[in-house]
Amino acid sequence: MATEFHNLQELRHSPSLVTKVFIQRDYSEGTVCRFQTKFPSELDNRIERTLLEETVKTLNSYYAEAEKIGGQSYLEGCLACATAYIIFLCMETRYEKVLRKISGFIQEQNEKIYAPRGLLLTDPIERGMRVLEISVFEDRGSGGSSPSSTMSSGSSAR
Amino acid sequence: MSAVMITRKVRKWEKLPGKNTFCCDGRVMMARQKGVFYLTLFLIAGTCALFFAFECPYLAVHLCPAIPVFAALLFVFVMAMLLRTSFSDPGVLPRALPEEATFIEMEIEAANGNVPAGQRPPPRIRNVQINNQIVKLKYCYTCKIFRPPRASHCSICDNCVDRFDHHCPWVGNCVGKRNYRYFYLFTLSLSLLTIYIFTFDIVHVVMRSMNGGFLNTLKETPGTVLEVLVCFFTLWSVVGLTGFHTYLISLNQTTNEDIKGSWSGKNRGQNPYSHKNIIKNCCEVLCGPTYPSVLDRRGLLQEDSTLVSSSNPVPQTTKTTAPLIPNEHTPDDAKPSIASSAEKSASPKEEHPAAMKFPPLASPETDAETSIAKERAH
Repeated sequence: MATEFHNLQELRHSPSLVTKVFIQRDYSEGTVCRFQTKFPSELDNRIERTLLEETVKTLNSYYAEAEKIGGQSYLEGCLACATAYIIFLCMETRYEKVLRKISGFIQEQNEKIYAPRGLLLTDPIERGMRVLEISVFEDRGSGGSSPSSTMSSGSSAR
Repeated sequence: MSAVMITRKVRKWEKLPGKNTFCCDGRVMMARQKGVFYLTLFLIAGTCALFFAFECPYLAVHLCPAIPVFAALLFVFVMAMLLRTSFSDPGVLPRALPEEATFIEMEIEAANGNVPAGQRPPPRIRNVQINNQIVKLKYCYTCKIFRPPRASHCSICDNCVDRFDHHCPWVGNCVGKRNYRYFYLFTLSLSLLTIYIFTFDIVHVVMRSMNGGFLNTLKETPGTVLEVLVCFFTLWSVVGLTGFHTYLISLNQTTNEDIKGSWSGKNRGQNPYSHKNIIKNCCEVLCGPTYPSVLDRRGLLQEDSTLVSSSNPVPQTTKTTAPLIPNEHTPDDAKPSIASSAEKSASPKEEHPAAMKFPPLASPETDAETSIAKERAH
């Protein structure tokens, strides 16, 4: 794990961002949180299709679990209502628990799969659950493309 | 190279665009106009105070001591629901950061193709199919996003709100996905409280008049007249509102959709969000999961003031000015740039983006301390 983290740190120490790819929400099943599993063409030579699809499918299943309307959500809702929702000041909701799991999952995926390929996933909650942002960094193996973003120009840490 | 680093803790709510007021260091979020909300508080608290002062002593002794107890419980519930509705984030969607906005613009241009000069470009609409129904997603020019289904832009708060119902001045906030159930429970419990007080006012006046006469009763308890007046007018409006929202919940519609006639008239019966079952619709709206806020109001943004020689690009020196908190006088187009410049200034400085992009549940204090320590070690 130390070597994978080292890769992630290296990535952050030299931020040569090329572009950002955004995976949009999939609204075909209503307003539940789902992301499209369509593979963005910009990532064609950076990562295998199956890996990204697997990540997105797992994320979708986490969100489905959080938003599931069933016995547990009814119980939580009725109990909270009976206490005038004061119980939420001390108790964590089921959705918040799943969000913790999701951020841990994204961290792990970044360390194991995406950072070694020069990519970085951003947790959708930081983008208002609208998009899954994938930052594409300069592929140090090819050494070709120059950074097009101005984000790195302000950095004095060289 | 000598550099003096002064790090100031700035929370994200201070840089949020939109016309909201924040209190208690970002814990409370309301609209700007709060006058009517104070009136609501005054009416409810005032009427209940009169009830406890004038009616309850008599009724507790001559009828049942449970009457004031139940009234007190109901009053506490009403206030809790009101404050919960007013102070919570209704489901505001954050505006798109510059890269996302550019990405969407490029997609739109690709979809529209070449528009001949002189012709208006086609409206920015995206069609999605939800449960075999085509729903049009509109582009929000202020927030630079395609609004999710059922979201709408509130012009009073200048935010896109998810599952936007309406902006309620009585509550001083928008009613949206996150606080709709509290709003409904507020109107329901307020209806019950109003009916309760009205009923027992009448009972009290009747009982006392039997002993002392009608005019004497009014002289002894002048508060009763005020209470009856307030309750009478409140009854019609609040009970009507509760009934209307019960109807909307059973059909899984929002006030916004009802007003626009999205699923009525020739579109009747085509609401793709409805489960076609009243019980299921009610359960989804009232007992569904409690959505978290995506705003992260209390998260920390690092603002650094640095005194460094020469080669700094201009954007860094502008960071040394005090953070501009948008208020009524900030020009509208400056606000998004304030938010985006805060984001941009935060990222090149940090060495560990993970310290900044903590989820809303992580403790901000420990992450800020570690990042401050890292800056000092640099």
